[in-house]
Amino acid sequence: MDFRFSPEEENFRQEVAAFLEKEGPKEWHKRKVSFFDMSGQENWIAVHRDMSRKLGAKGWLSLHWPKEYGGKELSPFYRLILREELARYHCPGYHSLSVDFVAPAILLKGSDELKKRFLPGIASGEVMWCEGLSEPGHGSDLAAIETFAKEDGDAYVVNGQKIWTTYAHFADWMFLLARTDRNAERNYRGLTFFLVDMKTPGITVNPIINMAGHHDFNEVFLDDVRIPRENIVDAVNKGWYVAMSVLDNERTSDLGYAIAGTLLDDIVEGAKEMDMLNARNKIRMAELYIECEVARLTHYHVTWMLSQGKPLDYYAAICKLLGFEAIQHVAEFGLEVFKNYGILSDHSPLAPLYGRISSCYLRSFGHSMEAGTSEMDRDVIAQRGMGLPRLR
Amino acid sequence: MDFGLNEQQEMMQTLAKDFLAAEYPDKVLKAMVKDELGYTLELWKKMAQTNLLGLSLPEEYGGVGDFLDLVVVLEKMGRVCYLGPYFSTVVLGGSLIASTGSDEQKQKYLPDIASGKTIFTLALTETLNDNTANGVKLKAEKQGDSYILNGKKIFVTDAQSANYAVCAARTRKSITLFIVDLTSSGITVNPYQTAAGDKQGEIIFKDVKVLAEDILGEVDKGWDYIEKTLQKANTARCAEMVGMAARALELALEYAKERNAFGHPIGAFQSIQHRFADMKMDIDGARFLTYQAAWKINESMDAAKETAMAKAFVSQACKRVMHSAHQIFGAIGFTEDHILHYYTKRARAYEFSFGGPDEHLAKLVDIVI
Repeated sequence: MDFRFSPEEENFRQEVAAFLEKEGPKEWHKRKVSFFDMSGQENWIAVHRDMSRKLGAKGWLSLHWPKEYGGKELSPFYRLILREELARYHCPGYHSLSVDFVAPAILLKGSDELKKRFLPGIASGEVMWCEGLSEPGHGSDLAAIETFAKEDGDAYVVNGQKIWTTYAHFADWMFLLARTDRNAERNYRGLTFFLVDMKTPGITVNPIINMAGHHDFNEVFLDDVRIPRENIVDAVNKGWYVAMSVLDNERTSDLGYAIAGTLLDDIVEGAKEMDMLNARNKIRMAELYIECEVARLTHYHVTWMLSQGKPLDYYAAICKLLGFEAIQHVAEFGLEVFKNYGILSDHSPLAPLYGRISSCYLRSFGHSMEAGTSEMDRDVIAQRGMGLPRLR
Repeated sequence: MDFGLNEQQEMMQTLAKDFLAAEYPDKVLKAMVKDELGYTLELWKKMAQTNLLGLSLPEEYGGVGDFLDLVVVLEKMGRVCYLGPYFSTVVLGGSLIASTGSDEQKQKYLPDIASGKTIFTLALTETLNDNTANGVKLKAEKQGDSYILNGKKIFVTDAQSANYAVCAARTRKSITLFIVDLTSSGITVNPYQTAAGDKQGEIIFKDVKVLAEDILGEVDKGWDYIEKTLQKANTARCAEMVGMAARALELALEYAKERNAFGHPIGAFQSIQHRFADMKMDIDGARFLTYQAAWKINESMDAAKETAMAKAFVSQACKRVMHSAHQIFGAIGFTEDHILHYYTKRARAYEFSFGGPDEHLAKLVDIVI
């Protein structure tokens, strides 16, 4: 048992911190922008892309990949340290959808050709991806999706609609789950996982504005979109397993505890300056501090399991649930502390922490939906983790 | 970062598990709760023979292993809801003497602790409103080569079975610890009637004479030792609570898979499954916090923050798990015959031993802000 990082890992943390101090967007650091809150910033996509390239140039977007594909074969703790520091420095540029969602799926299930084609663009931070999973009628019940891909010579022609597609409005590529067999014995056995160039004719992206007033997600229409056969990951009708591996990676990718912990520190600091911290707030702060600590240790445990080559299984759901619920609770605390000031619009010059209190709070409603609802996470823990029977 | 147990810890875990499975079935627990002292000499001797009583004590005095080994064993003890003067003797008395005692004191007491001859406890609390040094008012007045103790200690664990107590008393400048033979004249022990059946009592000191050689550590330095000991004590209680919650979960899970309603095992219903998911996360989190604190203590690092976090969270998580287990068991878990309430009651008692969530959250506020 050892709760310390190794000296090499500590050195890496210092290297990252020094780099972010110098190269990170200073204005974002000053405004204490949160990872999930970045789309509220002016010109944010350019800042995000620029920082992504800088991280890529350092080789930090492929830390634990095999050397064969340009990785450094480091333990998954390096990635975790990088993301902890990015959270601490309020720094964008880590496009999880590319680095942590699709890249591991390509590494695990993709052909050599796909690896050679797509991994370099992800490692360099140049190419940004979005995720085509949810549909208007099918979110939690993902296996029932209807978007259909029909075989046509050396390609598949896709028709249908995706929704809640985060960053589709600027992504270069999308990974897409579509039905290829309507008569499969079980509905999840008729799905295929495609990689789609967002410039392909027939793709229409419409914005959906969330209740925080920000543009993160979109609806995506696919009309006769032609995808070459070689863009299939794994095999036809094997897409469900690829999608499930994406979801497990997705659930451990964004460090909810680090984002929540940084926000909590920022709230307490800001509240002290404004003398807004009462006795009840302080006790609540201590509870939230512990909640973040539990989520942190849970994430460390999962990362340790990964480093030992143990399967993550339902632990990924636990990670996501604890981390994302921690963000919700901390964001809500911000409002409790700053009261009337907290619920001012993020454009108000009087809003504390540059408007982050209301903006993070409003954004946080999505945290128990994205990457699988909290209800689905709890189902997974009870059924896969504890052997309880399924009714569905 | 390493979340695994080493060979020694795995060995201790198996040893404790096997020993308790054989020696501490539920019917023993039920009998011990009713028993006046809460333990039998026979089992105590067996625990000594199995090396459990010397855990974390120095090898030259009959001890074995370190604090992490002890915590691993305590978690297993929690699983069977073990009752007996183990915590008071090993975690409170034993570790205090091992860390602060003179060579003579170690020689005099530790081998007897390890071999099961002596039961120890800590007489600290005088008021529940102040867990700081200010709460200690019991007077120790120097008289020649001796000290005369006058005052009262409350909520002393295993006061009724202990042979000796380490007593925190106010000397001229600050707090000093004394090893007190509880058969000395002037000592009165009044056992409490507890809801959980755990053994506690008050000790009244009336002109109790203690020799200067029975001072533990340095005069007026007592509170420093107490603070370290409280970190260990609270972490140890956390380990027991983690084990207790794990068993409650296991029992409820077994039941939810067997008990049918509306044509399905009740464990197939989402409202029940979500309770289980929360119980599982609570127990995992409780375990991580406990072992983080235990590891720091074992590495001789200051664990004030980690202990405060652990005690505040573990006791509340354990309570939530017990409450959910009761709801899952329905009416049957509400009966006296059922084993569950033994766990529920004890968990609540441990929650408040040496400071409950309120005190530990307040401590954390002081550390963090």
